[in-house]
Amino acid sequence: MSSSEATGRRLGIVGAGKAGTAIARAAVAGGYDVGISGSGPAGRIELIVEVLAPGACALTTDEVAAYAGIIVLAIPLHRFRELRPEVFAGKILVDAMNYWDEIDGADGPLATAPAGTSVLVQEWFSSARVVKSLNHLGYFKFEKSRLPKGTEGRIAMAAAGDDRTAVAAVLELIDALGFDPIDAGTLAAGLALQPGGPVFGAGHTAKELSDLLSREGANARP
Amino acid sequence: MAATEKTSREESKMSIAPQDIEFGLDSFVPISVDESGREIGGDQVIRNTVEEAVLADAVGIDSFNIAEHYRQDMMDSAASIILATIAGRTKRIRLGTAVTVLSTQDPVRVYTEFATLDAVSNGRAQLIAGRGSLIESFPLFGYNLDDYEELYEEKLDLLMRLLRDQPVSWSGKFRSPLTNQYVSPPLPEGHLPVWVGVGGSPQSVIRAARYGLPLMLAVIGGPPIRFLPLVELYKRALAKFGKPMQRIGMHSHGLVARTDQEAADIQWPHWAHVFENAAAERGWARPTVARFQAEVDEGSLYLGSVETVATKIAWVIRLLGLSRFDLAYATGRVPHAQKMATIELYGREVIPRVRELLLDPAEELASANGRSSGV
Repeated sequence: MSSSEATGRRLGIVGAGKAGTAIARAAVAGGYDVGISGSGPAGRIELIVEVLAPGACALTTDEVAAYAGIIVLAIPLHRFRELRPEVFAGKILVDAMNYWDEIDGADGPLATAPAGTSVLVQEWFSSARVVKSLNHLGYFKFEKSRLPKGTEGRIAMAAAGDDRTAVAAVLELIDALGFDPIDAGTLAAGLALQPGGPVFGAGHTAKELSDLLSREGANARP
Repeated sequence: MAATEKTSREESKMSIAPQDIEFGLDSFVPISVDESGREIGGDQVIRNTVEEAVLADAVGIDSFNIAEHYRQDMMDSAASIILATIAGRTKRIRLGTAVTVLSTQDPVRVYTEFATLDAVSNGRAQLIAGRGSLIESFPLFGYNLDDYEELYEEKLDLLMRLLRDQPVSWSGKFRSPLTNQYVSPPLPEGHLPVWVGVGGSPQSVIRAARYGLPLMLAVIGGPPIRFLPLVELYKRALAKFGKPMQRIGMHSHGLVARTDQEAADIQWPHWAHVFENAAAERGWARPTVARFQAEVDEGSLYLGSVETVATKIAWVIRLLGLSRFDLAYATGRVPHAQKMATIELYGREVIPRVRELLLDPAEELASANGRSSGV
């Protein structure tokens, strides 16, 4: 069941940049034990973690993979193929990455992915369960918008994935991070959460977000 | 040890006297329009930029810095040539880059050009080294984006060796090795200061600290308070690496006019144009007046009357403990005449007023109780 996968409330994060450290701060505040990695040895990000995400633990990426059942990928999208898929076998992988041509370069398959970039991420990590989420708010808005459950005007965050148990676990995570969770449907439906989509970067309440996503779903239907 | 004493002393709230704060202007040499709204040619834009820098010198601005892009809407692809021209027509203003995209340059060439600029300008050259937020120079010069981190690391290392300990014996992955190499012209001690430009990446902050280089924050949107944790990271990293405290600067966009309304009226259509293009190209949200106003009120646009802009700059200098502030003057295709008006007001009125505000202890209190707690 989903709560067992969040056992010990552990969260792994791959990526110790702006986004990764913002997610780590939110997770520590939400009561999670957090393991986070950058590229290379843990020592390289120790000071970053100590100052920007106090309470989280600097690890290597292999250690992060072993540390938790849910692992957030928060690295530049074009680098996901540098990660070895086998170390993430069976894990829930939260794909928080977006394609930006000015960072990722002109990458045809990523730029034009008809069912969204997360489907390509799932193909690479074929033995993991990929859920697209935490990607559709900028890191500063993410930081600023976190609120306890039940607070009026709380911002919502969507999760999209084919493995429903994995989606349920990520929805639980979203709530703990400080956002109202919204199930956005299949992994391919996560296309609506990407840059250029109707919800990207805006920060909507649960009602607004589910209305926008169902309208998008209706438009996409043949 | 002297360095330790210096660190603790300079970590006090105001680390530098207001008269020693550097106030600069940064330009992307953007294609602009004339008074009738027609686009003017790139060659004319470059000549206009030279005039803007000459005026900046005359009105007491401390530095003029040119960026590096390879785009159809920006004419800043050869900063050193424009800067050398400015050097020949000015006496006092410092001349620099903001930023030099070091990842795709040869550090030996960067050294020769800017050491020469330093010579012809009688010691006025400076650099900000960065990775650049746009990556068009990678395919243009045949570099692989997968080497993004490694390229920058290696090239910064070589540039610092050339600046700090010639003759240089060095080998790396991306260029031929050097053996006991002297590169001319030699620089007098302390000349050609290099800052490290950072857009928000924690690893870049650590790198600046590791080299003991001053930090330049590019804050192009949103509330500047989000950079406060990076300032803390920088100070902690300097201490960890045993380096003395260094200067911290910031680059943000803005425009000055006689009134707040006049400044907004001049800037808004051009700001909207820039973000309309970005929305079309990159799927960003489309610009709205509300977003523009939010950037002016609590974000990173330093726009308005002399008093409005001076108050906001003084506030951010206190907030982040800055000793350098660069105004990226006028966003988008704002006409030359209105840029000249901004430069005149910034140099003659805004900068003296910021210095005055920073000397006023009552202002410091108001600043601590006011704006910074609201964001």
